[in-house]
Amino acid sequence: MSKPVRTGKYDWNMRLVSRTLLAWAITFIIFFPLLFMFVTAFKTELQAIAVPSVWVFTPTWENFALVQERSGYFDYAWNSVITSVGSTILGLLIAVPAAYSMAFSPTKRTKDILMWMLSTKMMPAVGALLPIYVLCQTFGLLDNVISLIIIFTMMNLPIMVWMLYSNFKDIPIEILEAARMDGASLSEEFRHVLLPLAMGGMASTGLLCLVLSWNEAFWVLNLTAANAGTLASLVASYSSPEGLFWAKLSAVSVLAIAPIVVFGWFSQKQLVQGLTFGAVK
Amino acid sequence: MKFTRLFTAISGAILLTSATLSHAATELVVATVNNGHMVEMQKLSKHFEDANPDIKLKWVTLEEGVLRQRVTTDIATKGGQFDVMTIGMYEAPIWGKKGWIKDLTFDDAYDVGDILPAIRDGLSADGKLYAAPFYGESSMLMYRKDLVEKAGMDMPDNPTWDHVAEVAAKITDKDNGVYGICLRGKPGWGDNMALITTMANTFGGQWFDMDWKPQLESKPWKDAVGFYVDLMSKYGPPGSASNSFNEILALYNEGKCGMWVDATIAASFITDPAQSKVADKVAFAQAPTKATPKGANWLWAWALAVPESSKHSAEAQKFIEWSTSKDYINLVAKEEGWSKVPTGTRASTYANADFQKAAVFASAEKTAIDSANPNDSTLPKSPYTGVQFAAIPEFQAIGIAVGQQLSSALAGKMSVDDALKASQVSAEREMQRSGYFKK
Repeated sequence: MSKPVRTGKYDWNMRLVSRTLLAWAITFIIFFPLLFMFVTAFKTELQAIAVPSVWVFTPTWENFALVQERSGYFDYAWNSVITSVGSTILGLLIAVPAAYSMAFSPTKRTKDILMWMLSTKMMPAVGALLPIYVLCQTFGLLDNVISLIIIFTMMNLPIMVWMLYSNFKDIPIEILEAARMDGASLSEEFRHVLLPLAMGGMASTGLLCLVLSWNEAFWVLNLTAANAGTLASLVASYSSPEGLFWAKLSAVSVLAIAPIVVFGWFSQKQLVQGLTFGAVK
Repeated sequence: MKFTRLFTAISGAILLTSATLSHAATELVVATVNNGHMVEMQKLSKHFEDANPDIKLKWVTLEEGVLRQRVTTDIATKGGQFDVMTIGMYEAPIWGKKGWIKDLTFDDAYDVGDILPAIRDGLSADGKLYAAPFYGESSMLMYRKDLVEKAGMDMPDNPTWDHVAEVAAKITDKDNGVYGICLRGKPGWGDNMALITTMANTFGGQWFDMDWKPQLESKPWKDAVGFYVDLMSKYGPPGSASNSFNEILALYNEGKCGMWVDATIAASFITDPAQSKVADKVAFAQAPTKATPKGANWLWAWALAVPESSKHSAEAQKFIEWSTSKDYINLVAKEEGWSKVPTGTRASTYANADFQKAAVFASAEKTAIDSANPNDSTLPKSPYTGVQFAAIPEFQAIGIAVGQQLSSALAGKMSVDDALKASQVSAEREMQRSGYFKK
């Protein structure tokens, strides 16, 4: 414990101050790319490439107008909504029963299964590109939101099961057993006992899945063409091999992340809660 | 009575729906890159749709690398996702020979003979045109005439690399952030290797000899790469190993480069006062030479092709005919001005007085394109076509691997000799594996 340092009439705990400053500094470093992108979106292309960076300038809406004029932003945004919401719902429908069975009726292989599920996240996505591409082609699902929903679900399932598993493990099994003793069926037990207790965890799992799906680019770029492209593909389309594009790319990026940032802002409490499950064990 | 009415109503609805469906417009999916000229085409395509109400265009704009990968996958797996593809001069002859893309035939009004011969040859295989050029480019030297004059130097229309090095030494002013020369250094077959291959060509080198043996450790390659690394380390900007077209464009427009050898398309950007601080101080010369002018400047075109897997090939060809026609160029001129028209494709564009007036780089660009010959770009005879690449499927992988080695040499991580030795080994392995020669 450091001693409080007396300066005038205030007591300053130096350790607290330095920790706070450090936290702000780290936050700023993490936030800086977003800030840079946001500011660049309002620059002209010439200001965007200026070295050193220009921070005082007359902002322009030109880039946003150009993005709006050139691309059907809302078509892409709609695909983003459908694929991320669809994959979140489908993911929860699969992950909740899976996590339930592993949390409340574990076998000696449960841990192994969980580890195996997590290990699938360790494989680079490109390793599965060819078989998935051919499968999509065979079933006529290339450039189709259905294939994206299925892939996003599979991509997020391991992390969803893990999060829900940690969440369910925090709930004493005795409460469920008491409900069963009172004659509750499985669905009643789920609806009236488990759901109210695990709501926070399920919401944060869903939110995380939503954010991950919204930002997914690899599969979108490789499997979609004119119909199923999401906002990630719209952003990528603004990169140019010959010509300046930073300001326009920043503008389209701001438009692409705006909905999910606002959504995340309102739900950050649940998100943090969900991500820190079991962290204090 | 009620049932009869219901039946009539349903029948009517079905008839109407089927009539509508039978007249539904054909949807053409066009895959393209985000270049200024392509964006313009997308904007003006409503004219095509108005003239052809039975065709509706859908655009897929992709990053260059992704586009190349996507169209290759689509063609190889016969995915049929695209009806019109934007491809380059590297792909057109290879894919044409393999029967992956359709050969294009146009009526007299289109005037195929008006397409610049070098560009037409580069997009053809066995006498058939496989892709129609949307815009073409060569490479040339773009320099700051104010800096060159201030240094008491001159720049001939056909400079040598030695003269360029001399000028670079005189105009470099690192204290004020002005670098004598900026050249590509970012690894990639279309990045640093495009420039370095033209240097190797003019130094008297070639990628492969007539037995398809890689020649990367030959004297011309050693001289060319040694010269390039030396020039850049003395007079180039810091971090050149990660610079390609856009990075240098940004430096040039900021007034930090004295000279730049790159794609002729750059001329339209650096002379545009809206994006360049040095727009009125730029002049042009042909790409520098050394032992031979052969292959000293590259040749490239972004062109439109129809994949064999397209289900709407007639409509696709109709669109290509429109977007690469003289009428399209006139349309762009009318809507946006002559300085914005796609260049490097048609002789008639360069013959137009209004274009000559609007584009100060026109004559230098035309001379550069006309002087490039993809079928004869090296001093010793070579078995491949292409100026800054060899049009064989294996080249992409070889070019990337060699590009990485040479970028490391530029960054000072290895010597030029070591980089070329490693390049030779990897190129030999790839060519041997593909059966071009036995050890």
